[in-house]
Amino acid sequence: MALSKNDVEKIAHLARLQINDADASEVGQRISNILEMIDQMQNVDTSEVSPMAHPFDAVQRLRPDLVTEKNQRDYYQKIAPATQDGLYLVPRVIE
Amino acid sequence: MLSKTVAELATALSQKEISARELTQAYLDRIGRLNPALNAYVTITADKALAQADLADARISRGEAGPLTGIPIAHKDIFCTRDVLTACGSHMLHNFIAPYDACVVERLEQAGAIMLGKTNMDEFAMGSSNETSWFGPVRNPWDPERVPGGSSGGSAAAVAADLCAMATGTDTGGSIRQPASFCGITGLKPTYGRVSRWGMIAFASSLDQAGPLTKSAEDAALMMNAIAGTDVRDSTCLDLPAEDFTAQLNQPLTGVRIGLPREHFTKDLNPSVQSILQNAVRKLESLGATFKEISLPNNYLSVPAYYVIAPAEASSNLSRFDGVRYGHRCANPANLEDLYKRSRGEGFGDEVKRRIMVGTYALSAGYYDAYYIKAQKIRRLIKDDFDQAFKDVDLILGPTSPHTAFKLGEKVSDPVTMYLEDIYTIAVNLAGLPGMSLPAGILDGLPIGMQLVGPALSESRLLNVAHQFQLNTDWHAKRPAAPVVSSPEVSA
Repeated sequence: MALSKNDVEKIAHLARLQINDADASEVGQRISNILEMIDQMQNVDTSEVSPMAHPFDAVQRLRPDLVTEKNQRDYYQKIAPATQDGLYLVPRVIE
Repeated sequence: MLSKTVAELATALSQKEISARELTQAYLDRIGRLNPALNAYVTITADKALAQADLADARISRGEAGPLTGIPIAHKDIFCTRDVLTACGSHMLHNFIAPYDACVVERLEQAGAIMLGKTNMDEFAMGSSNETSWFGPVRNPWDPERVPGGSSGGSAAAVAADLCAMATGTDTGGSIRQPASFCGITGLKPTYGRVSRWGMIAFASSLDQAGPLTKSAEDAALMMNAIAGTDVRDSTCLDLPAEDFTAQLNQPLTGVRIGLPREHFTKDLNPSVQSILQNAVRKLESLGATFKEISLPNNYLSVPAYYVIAPAEASSNLSRFDGVRYGHRCANPANLEDLYKRSRGEGFGDEVKRRIMVGTYALSAGYYDAYYIKAQKIRRLIKDDFDQAFKDVDLILGPTSPHTAFKLGEKVSDPVTMYLEDIYTIAVNLAGLPGMSLPAGILDGLPIGMQLVGPALSESRLLNVAHQFQLNTDWHAKRPAAPVVSSPEVSA
């Protein structure tokens, strides 16, 4: 299926990606080509097949609820773009 | 000296023919000469390497050396390395100094391996040619006009050009095996969960697996001994007793049953590649293996299913790159949404953005069943094919890639053509199986690999067959004939 410019804008918004207006139609065309290749799947009858999420159908392993890590906040925040008093700074959200 | 295998270097080190410091310096010198043309390394950690080399020499003189002590290694830049830039081929992480070591890095350091630097790769491991890297493409040491394969192209080129003794890689859809084939080296993708993914930047978490890129199957076994094994920090890492992957290397191949998938040996496969594979089959037959035709009828669906599952998982995994805690942040964001959208729009390259968008689309309301659930059902059909085949055979032999290394720029403009490069490798990831590529021949001056695939946890058997093949052939010992640069080589 071919994606419209609107479709591209909607997906880009869901993915929080800025796509330049000038690029939108080329991006849409390329993604449409990929979806066309993917659509080969639709010719296969899978009504009796159960979906497989993990190679060994494993379940999540649990561990005791104990503190195992030491607090290294300052070290981890050394590489942050902007911090203050141990907090990450972002543009104001609530006026 | 620099072209020696890990096993040979370990002997040279223990017999004091060379010290770890001398060996490390020799590799660093060669990197200094050849890397500007190859672009295999994006970061060279010379000081750290020499410090580790001194520790290794002390360990060797105390008689406490293991098989990897003093062996120089290159790490794919997808593995976090404490206090060293870890950029994952992306502008998004151009300033990311990792605050911790990946499990794989940690274990290799404990084994005494010496980190020479970090290798170039396709951005976030998304690519089959290394051309999506923000750091520019890697050149194939066999022909600088050609790609080394991807996404572990820097690691493969570094091993092939003797810029390290061994390297780490990761394989989500063929990213260890295809570059190994294109560069004429040995690469192993272990069973899903064999090796901890902790500290390995995630692409598609149900498919990603780390593994060795080496000059021989024996070296791959030695590396597996260091990196495999349970790790509580990766909840998908298999909890199994330690295994010695070198233990079965010398078993005779008498009675080993190998399957040849009828779907891989068709008129679509280059006849020269077919005849190289047939020569390998005859060699293995002469060593006692038996062959029979098998069928993997749903293999043709592996690329479509993969290009739903991998982008879906990637769209979720890469949501962490938001310009808030680390990595690229856009200048002067107007508000929080602008911060997210511009940081991500500027930080990610075109291929990564495409895959995030395909994944976002496949997971969005109204399309989830038609794409994501459908792909998961196809995934089971593909795994069932392998289960059926392994009732009759011990492992499967086929091509790693449809052809030898292609030219830079030849396929990068058409994503779907590039995706089909991985037609023989992707099904192995979807089924979670171990697979390896080893050199099987030379075609028009370029190496080409063959792929061995086994049931889950059969790495020792794969390594056994590969090692026996390498004891009786010399394809794995071939090195690029043409020098990459004109500067004269100084022997180490």
